[in-house]
Amino acid sequence: MIGRHRHLIGLEDLSREEILLVLALATSMKEVLRRPLKKVPTLRGKAVVNLFFEASTRTRTSFETAAKILSADAVNWTASSSSVSKGETLLDTARNIEAMRPDLLVIRHPAGGAPRFIADRVGCSVVSAGDGAHEHPSQGLLDMYTLAEHFTRNSGGAKDGAPDFATLSGRTVTIVGDVTHSRVARSNLHGLLKLGARVRVCGPPTMIPPGIEALGASVYYHLRPAVEGADAVMMLRIQHERIGDPLLPGTREYSKIWGLNEKKVNEWLSPSCAILHPGPINRGVELSPEVADGPRSVILEQVENGVAVRMAILYLLAGAAPAEPAEGAARA
Amino acid sequence: MNDETLFIEGGRVIDPSAGTDGVRTVVVRGGRIAEVSERVDKPRDARTLDARGRWVVPGFIDLHAHLREPGQEYKETVESGARAALAGGFTAVCSMPNTYPPNDNASVTELVLARAAAARMARVYPVGCISRALKGEELAEYGELKEAGCVALSDDGRPVMSSALMRRALEYARAFDLPVTVHEEDLALVGKGVMHEGKTSTRLGLLGAPAAAEEVMVLRDIALAELTGGRLHVAHLSCAGSVRAVREAKRRGLAVTAEVTPHHLALCDEDVARSGYDSCFKMNPPLRSTEDVRAVREALAEGTIDCVATDHAPHSLVEKEVEFDLAANGVVGLETAFAVCLTLVREGVLSERRLVEALTSAPARTFRLPGGTLARNAPADVAILDPVRSWRCEPERFQSKGRNSPWKGALLTGRCTQALVGGRIAYELTEGER
Repeated sequence: MIGRHRHLIGLEDLSREEILLVLALATSMKEVLRRPLKKVPTLRGKAVVNLFFEASTRTRTSFETAAKILSADAVNWTASSSSVSKGETLLDTARNIEAMRPDLLVIRHPAGGAPRFIADRVGCSVVSAGDGAHEHPSQGLLDMYTLAEHFTRNSGGAKDGAPDFATLSGRTVTIVGDVTHSRVARSNLHGLLKLGARVRVCGPPTMIPPGIEALGASVYYHLRPAVEGADAVMMLRIQHERIGDPLLPGTREYSKIWGLNEKKVNEWLSPSCAILHPGPINRGVELSPEVADGPRSVILEQVENGVAVRMAILYLLAGAAPAEPAEGAARA
Repeated sequence: MNDETLFIEGGRVIDPSAGTDGVRTVVVRGGRIAEVSERVDKPRDARTLDARGRWVVPGFIDLHAHLREPGQEYKETVESGARAALAGGFTAVCSMPNTYPPNDNASVTELVLARAAAARMARVYPVGCISRALKGEELAEYGELKEAGCVALSDDGRPVMSSALMRRALEYARAFDLPVTVHEEDLALVGKGVMHEGKTSTRLGLLGAPAAAEEVMVLRDIALAELTGGRLHVAHLSCAGSVRAVREAKRRGLAVTAEVTPHHLALCDEDVARSGYDSCFKMNPPLRSTEDVRAVREALAEGTIDCVATDHAPHSLVEKEVEFDLAANGVVGLETAFAVCLTLVREGVLSERRLVEALTSAPARTFRLPGGTLARNAPADVAILDPVRSWRCEPERFQSKGRNSPWKGALLTGRCTQALVGGRIAYELTEGER
């Protein structure tokens, strides 16, 4: 359980305390991850199914790695996004997998609300690994973890890297890109606001969804005022299928106006401002290679922290369950 | 056919067509209304219906229902739909032509009418297609459709995107004095939107369709109604912009009418979030913002929107028990319409009289249908309603085959207890339902 929750569907549902519970546990998990022998028996005998209806390398591998370090048995089920007319329905797929008695179902799906739909209809715990443009809660958590690590380091905090999550309070984080289609942006927005940070969103007006201010973000159409004074900038991936949607005239203009290159970074960003990206990067579109690989980039730390955060999520949702087999386990 | 005399006694008769509102006895003879008065001489052995504590109103008329036959009998049939209509107090329903095959020729119209006659439930008035096969490319044969019994034309379920075709439809329909009922949405503006575009769609991460997608089409068609002199009826009007457009058109005296559904009057986009992506809250047009809800309520009260129509759209679980993005649009509405609209009366949005009018004489006038009145000699289509009866909405007990109701599980107040069609008691709420 994460506080009151048996599932992790979105950070909108979590309280500040519940978010902190996951983040704090991730610090211990990161220690495990960095051991030479990275294996603990915590989730031995637990089964995790990664049910992916959308292509993903990073997130799926990250969940799989997290499960394996905790000794859970992880299997991957890759399905093409089903529809009424072709193939098996989402519900049938989920019920079939449920019949194999997993303890936890990790779901990625192109339709917003799909993990919730499944969670309402199966017995095991459900973790969203991203649904449509709704939420990507584990990404939001790993981003907050990475930010707290960065802020702690910059304020001369613990050298061993144990982040102080109170450092997020009062910080300004700018999210740049296609906010309309971004579940990463929404999860970060909900999570960061709960931990006391301020969130700016920036992008072409065609990529800023209506009512985002009502969710607590300030909106900027130009990059410079959006990143000036920010403590961190999160660049979102511009998906090529959006070009000519007609949300954008082209990547050339996007890169010129909303992309980050070395010159803009040096002139506009404060010296301690971190640069994040959920990946995969379109080098030369939203980030120039010098910036992606530059000293402010914490992109690879995000990836590492992703495993730690997902270990914490799996532990809380699959581990805390009281279901211990009565006899078999005792004899073994 | 039915020469027996029936006295409906003790009920509060609300008949906006005659300005009646008070306790009266309704006398039915030979399938027609013989008399409505405070005092009637009644033979001792006369057949009577005790309506004390009830409302006695002209049978409701629904200008917009999907009965799904022919072609999708697993969702609904003319029989089950016309039975559901009676259970909701509707003694007449207009059946939309988006069937398989579509109602673009006399043989489909005749089939629907034959099924309705065999069912002996609510009267069914078929609506014919605007365009052949609903393709939006060429006109259907309105003369043949009218002769076969169609009362209006619609491509409902989809808009007529071609302005040129819409112009010709409004023009050509004039020869047959048929209203053209329009489903308004600019498909390019809607794109892949699955709910109203606004802060709730942003929160839920669902693609939105802006209210302007409806408004621009309403404005276009009002301009075309003015150009052609045709009769334009805006189906399921859902947003403030469309209200303004219709209000202005009426002020200028154009032949423009409009309907609104109970769900657009009672629910808003935030209910999609509250329901947790429940596809019983997905329909087209989508549930709008609270500002839009306020606007359509006001418009119904003042008469800018003429009438309430259900857009009853039964679907099976196969279409609904899926991801919100993939779920079919539509909700059932015939059996809940009265109770849902009654909440507006309790909230002070509508008077009781205006509510009854919007379900009876107003739709009758809009499509020029018989009924909607208790005037002497009118067909005795009567609904007897219990305005204070509370009941749990349990879709598995619906007369409709559709279970896709956003009110499933809700406690509703107001229910039809009997419905008369042509003087015959065609529906009676059974004791087990009480």
